[in-house]
Amino acid sequence: MATLQTRATARLMMSPAVILLFLWMIVPLVMTLYFSFLRYNLLMPGTEEFIGFLNYKYFLTDPSFFTALGNTLMLVGGTLLITVIGGILLALVLDQPFWGQGIVRLLVIAPFFVMPTVSALVWKNMLMHPVNGLFAWIARSFGFQPIDWFAEVPLLSIILIVAWQWLPFATLILLTALQSLDGEQIEAAEMDGAGSLSRFFYLVLPHMSRAITVVILIQTIFLLSVFAEILVTTNGGPGIQTTNITYLIYSLALLQFDVGGASAGGIVAVILANIVAFFLIRLIGKNLER
Amino acid sequence: MGSITLEKVSKSFGTTSVIPEIDLEINDGEFVVFVGPSGCGKSTLLRMIAGLEDLSGGRIIIDGKDMSSEAPAKRGLSMVFQSYALYPHMSVYGNIAFPLKMDGQDKAAIDKKVKDAAHILNLTNYLDRRPGQLSGGQRQRVAIGRAIVRQPKAFLFDEPLSNLDAALRGNMRLEISDLHHQLATTMIYVTHDQIEAMTMADKIVVLNAGRIEQVGSPLELYRNPRNVFVAGFIGSPRMNLVEGQEASKQNAVTLGVRPEHIRISKTEGAWKGVVGVTEHLGSDTFIHVQADGIGKITVRTDGDFATDHGQTVYLTPEAARLHRFDANGHAI
Repeated sequence: MATLQTRATARLMMSPAVILLFLWMIVPLVMTLYFSFLRYNLLMPGTEEFIGFLNYKYFLTDPSFFTALGNTLMLVGGTLLITVIGGILLALVLDQPFWGQGIVRLLVIAPFFVMPTVSALVWKNMLMHPVNGLFAWIARSFGFQPIDWFAEVPLLSIILIVAWQWLPFATLILLTALQSLDGEQIEAAEMDGAGSLSRFFYLVLPHMSRAITVVILIQTIFLLSVFAEILVTTNGGPGIQTTNITYLIYSLALLQFDVGGASAGGIVAVILANIVAFFLIRLIGKNLER
Repeated sequence: MGSITLEKVSKSFGTTSVIPEIDLEINDGEFVVFVGPSGCGKSTLLRMIAGLEDLSGGRIIIDGKDMSSEAPAKRGLSMVFQSYALYPHMSVYGNIAFPLKMDGQDKAAIDKKVKDAAHILNLTNYLDRRPGQLSGGQRQRVAIGRAIVRQPKAFLFDEPLSNLDAALRGNMRLEISDLHHQLATTMIYVTHDQIEAMTMADKIVVLNAGRIEQVGSPLELYRNPRNVFVAGFIGSPRMNLVEGQEASKQNAVTLGVRPEHIRISKTEGAWKGVVGVTEHLGSDTFIHVQADGIGKITVRTDGDFATDHGQTVYLTPEAARLHRFDANGHAI
């Protein structure tokens, strides 16, 4: 089938799409790289000049960089922990036959369809608000002092909001994995004398390990760049307690108008993401090879 | 130590009754085969004995104890599933050791038992492999290994050979029969293949639509089928069932005669017919004859009998080996 001509034609036909995608990727990357070596501040127009690695030096020695790095890792780690464990438990519940299963499944998936800004605002104003929020009302009706979530535990609040958004995704993937488990294997284990806990740890969990890997990989990619939830709730504060790398770059570029510094930060973020991806793939890539 | 008694056991899903009511006695050390067409409830019956399916009525008594509502693991039975149901992420060793580990036995004892089972089943060289790296026959043996290490009161086999090719099936049939002689444990074996039933069983239970049609040794069923269903099901090629005038001559509604009990001749005989398809197996020849006024008759004769398509032949059934059935299909 694949003669020399058809292969050449195929390449020719494919090339516009490939070239477009390549440009889409390379132009912003190269421009960011270029800006990162310039002194480029919008407050001082006309003073752009090549300054080598000075932007990188400032960004990497900035104490807020390390705080932001720590916050980013906490945010990713905390959200992963909640969504994976919660997702497994929810998937186990949803896999049981019960009345109204279809509707309940739909409800569980619903948070995933709400856009991040909206869900963050709902959480901020209707649930976590220290005066009008539902949590505050619950706390008061039991006679407790309400928690001022965004002032007292800002990072945890953000983690909760993000976890709420990603829990449906994890649940969905893990549920499909659970449904593909061979029923005869479970019956065989039952005959072999395995109780429900042993069945879970020896059969169900290993069976789901692949899906768990996929959930961790995909979520990590998206969670490294969480932004909207922070912008509409805490604005990175109090202080820089909820500033992650993405938000730090945003504040450099669009609050301090330091385009050069922000570009350097962007490149650093790309490198960090690659480092994380490298270790992640090594750590759990074995699971995917099977 | 492995007798199983079913007392008025019944099963229904919702309003549909799958097994109306069954009484059956299985003695210690017997190899019992449940055989029947697909959907006759034989697998359901086996799963009820295993405890994987609840009873709708009746009692299951194992070794004199009522086990009707015990958990599967407490009944002391092992099962080999049709899909083998091996644990894919565990090695062969892990698979065979699993029931012992769940039983909480110590490492050394487990190791010895697994090695012994592997030795019996020729799996010693494969203990480190994963099920995915084994052939069909080897997986089958691992599944059997997992069943025997528990030293159960009885083994339950649910169509274990249906995923294997014909040659391997023949081998595994022998291996399972051998194993039965070695262990002398009760075995209950479910199949839709009457050849497996005939070759392996001490006792065959023929099931149809959830009812027991007949229970007996293979040769008993072959020689004295109690009704038309058993007559047609046991034996290969199938028994010829003739209705109409020829049957009424013998005071029966249906007349049964096995292909091997018909003499064929090119010159003279009781029934005249025309040869259709001839199947040469070497040792035997199966000749499908269109007999005048009777219908299709299959004849089994020796391998050297030569016929051509369309040739006229004469058939003579052996009078002593005719099976006569009444209007309800019961043997007379």
